[in-house]
Amino acid sequence: MSTIWARDWTWSVFRSPKDGRIPRRLPKIGFYGASIWIVGCLLIAALAQVISPYHPAQISLDARLSPPLLFGGALEHLLGTDELGRDVLARLIYSIQISMLVAAGGTFISTLLGVSLGFLAAELGGLVDDGVMALVDMQAAVPFMITALLVITIFGNSLALFVCLVGLHGWERHARIARGLALTARNRLHVTAARTYNASRVHIYARHILPACAPTIVVGMTLGLTETVLLESTLSFLGLGIQPPMSSLGNMVGFGRDYLMTAWWIALAPGLVIAATAIALMTISESLRQMRPR
Amino acid sequence: MRRKAQKVVASKIARAFVTLVLMVTSVFILMRCAGDPVAVLLGPDATADMRAAYSGELGLDRPILVQYLAYLHNVVRGSLGVSYVYRQDALGVVLSHLPLTLMLTCSALTLAAVTGIAGGIAAAVFPSSFIGRACTIASLVGLCVPSFFLAIVLMLVFSIQLNWLPTGGAESWRSLALPAVTMGAASSAVLARYTRVAVRESLDSQYVLAAFVRGIPFSRILIHHVLPNAAVPILTILGLLIGGAVTGSTVVETVFSWPGIGNLFVTSVGSRDIPVVQAIVLLAGTAMIMTNLAVDLGSTWLDPRSNSSET
Repeated sequence: MSTIWARDWTWSVFRSPKDGRIPRRLPKIGFYGASIWIVGCLLIAALAQVISPYHPAQISLDARLSPPLLFGGALEHLLGTDELGRDVLARLIYSIQISMLVAAGGTFISTLLGVSLGFLAAELGGLVDDGVMALVDMQAAVPFMITALLVITIFGNSLALFVCLVGLHGWERHARIARGLALTARNRLHVTAARTYNASRVHIYARHILPACAPTIVVGMTLGLTETVLLESTLSFLGLGIQPPMSSLGNMVGFGRDYLMTAWWIALAPGLVIAATAIALMTISESLRQMRPR
Repeated sequence: MRRKAQKVVASKIARAFVTLVLMVTSVFILMRCAGDPVAVLLGPDATADMRAAYSGELGLDRPILVQYLAYLHNVVRGSLGVSYVYRQDALGVVLSHLPLTLMLTCSALTLAAVTGIAGGIAAAVFPSSFIGRACTIASLVGLCVPSFFLAIVLMLVFSIQLNWLPTGGAESWRSLALPAVTMGAASSAVLARYTRVAVRESLDSQYVLAAFVRGIPFSRILIHHVLPNAAVPILTILGLLIGGAVTGSTVVETVFSWPGIGNLFVTSVGSRDIPVVQAIVLLAGTAMIMTNLAVDLGSTWLDPRSNSSET
């Protein structure tokens, strides 16, 4: 009896490609939930000025450190207030706006930079290729946090600089992927055909090679977006990213840390939003990777 | 064959050396971009004479190439300037913080290695069971929840609500527990993910099926056939985590006020203590490049096939 059980159990380790025991529905539910969350965050970010119940810097000294509604707070402040009586929900909404802006801007810059350099390396080859790949190796060898902190020490901090800094993160992965894909795509028949018609290099890359690479680049972008959200919030949490009076999700957690003993909700609400956003982005990235036709 | 292997090893060492030189060079360029070091040192009230005298003393009036070579010489000798805050040798300040960071990293990584590898194997071997799915989901969550938030939640539960463990400091093993668990959780999630993929790949291969058909018990297949083949990616990730100890510990050390290098890093960035930041960057970068090299050579030794894929 026990041997039969052992055999069944051992066989279950092997799975054929057609094996249906891996649930197919679960990733889909996860994907839809994640998409709803991200779209919701984007809507909040776009409409922050309209839907926010208060101005994020509005102080009300008689309602300081009021807890959230379900924990004995008042209806006026759904998520409670902080040490100056500023509404946590209002600050959260504005923080989502800033964080989304930085994350989207950073990811856009890093994708643009990486894909352009990757294409250049693939097309020009030779010394350019070697140079780009050496830069890629160096960027990959040193943890980005170190680079980021060094740059912040030397150049200080402003929103524009910070977005550019975050945009430097992860370009090396896009460059590597774009270079690899372009090297394959430029030998395809339709690209060769376009070349015989004397199409310019820019035209070939924009109209023929970029569309062929786009699906993989988009998957890479969603992964990059996850990392950018985490990087931005970590740097802001350490007090080295977004500076007050602006608030991002990370720096809300950072300031809320000082009131952990008495007012846990100040740090917990933005922290949960960061975690949920990162998990949602990661789920979308995984689902896209599985959906992508080979 | 042997000469080829020697060539591969030599080229890997050469590449690591080039990366090292590139890193030092880019630090030098960044430092020069930072603005006039004399103005920073002397403050806005200094006269032109004082500035000229001081820049002569520091060698800033020499050609840039000579300055660069002098800088390389100093880096090799380990003299990286005097900390603005501590008024001591910057490298000495950094090294005095090293033991506590190593202690934290070692305990965190031991924890991460045990839980991460075990969780990854479980997720690969029982992909559809409760344990397997729990491990997969836990590693996804561990990867996405930023460590500062995990730290705060743990602090809320174990320090503030239950009052079992202190919120910070480095007095006893009790203050080590929360930072080590926080830091270990993130590393464990990364390890579990890579372990799952590597073990799964190995399980799906023909030689495992062949071993199974020969009637070898599953435990033996797992230990003698699957794990050795999955070892290279796992060791690579472990090596990267060791090399990135300083980076990995910045957040955790700051939250729990653990007086290690990561904490020093963040406070030095905050106070613009450039010599200390530079010392940490060079130290951490060198550690990373060296562990990368060690992992690279180690995986060549463990799995000679990876030689052939080298270009």
